[in-house]
Amino acid sequence: MHIPDGFLNTPVVISTWALSVSALSYSLKRTKEALKDKMVPLMGVVSAFIFAAQMLNFPVMGGTSGHLIGGVLAAVLLGPYAGSVVLACVFIVQCLIFQDGGLTALGANIFNMAIIGTMTGYIIYRMISNSLGGKKRGIIAGAIFASWASVVIASFVCAIELSISGTSPLNIVLPAMVGVHVLIGIGEAVITSLVLGFVLKVRPDLIYNIA
Amino acid sequence: MNKKEILFGIIVALLLGGLISLFASSWPDGLERVAEDKEFLEKAEVQPLVASPIPDYSWPGLKNEKIAASLAGVIGVLIMFVLGQTIGNLLKKKGR
Repeated sequence: MHIPDGFLNTPVVISTWALSVSALSYSLKRTKEALKDKMVPLMGVVSAFIFAAQMLNFPVMGGTSGHLIGGVLAAVLLGPYAGSVVLACVFIVQCLIFQDGGLTALGANIFNMAIIGTMTGYIIYRMISNSLGGKKRGIIAGAIFASWASVVIASFVCAIELSISGTSPLNIVLPAMVGVHVLIGIGEAVITSLVLGFVLKVRPDLIYNIA
Repeated sequence: MNKKEILFGIIVALLLGGLISLFASSWPDGLERVAEDKEFLEKAEVQPLVASPIPDYSWPGLKNEKIAASLAGVIGVLIMFVLGQTIGNLLKKKGR
């Protein structure tokens, strides 16, 4: 759901940029406090993988596609702060180099997916995996629901921004956005759980906060 | 991650971005679909503020669209790997 230029009005552009810049500088600070040597190559690989996976649109229903966002995937592997930094980098490169998502809307795209989607997704993931004992089963179960929810939550926030901007009334755009992303989120959950299942099999210690 | 594992990760990303992406669905994504159905897609028809070097994931000037798309994916994957790794290196504390 990369918002293009033209969908958001100036107040929404300015406030989402301001929110994203402050949230990202906080994330950078927290990453600096916690980043271990062994996580550095993982940051590179996760960045590359999520960028590539975002190119892979899968059909969800007649005439509509979706692709992985990867916020929960990044957060489960790198923690929520480094995860949000990685997602933001993906959106910055997509916008500046590939003209995917508008430059004025970059603040909103980072806010919706790299900040709100990733952070709320990580909180949901931790709540579920902790309540299931934090073992492999809990990690996968938490990631499945959290990654689905992160897409739906981001689409909810996106719809609110579109309505505040006067682009489309809330009672129209909100059910439409959430409705289609309930389906796209299923793809997010499938891909996220497959990748994490593989990591848990070969290098379970790469999961953030585990061993 | 050891060198082998890093290389494995990069190769997987290169295959996804440079090859599998050629088979990706070209249908509009969720937001585009909603914008089309609810009739506000035309608002996006504004000039981009900055010119991107590789617009729409297609290397400019190449006649073969598949090669242009594949090349764009490969370049993007490599940029992201270097960027992610560089940011990690700048942020990490030594000796941890």
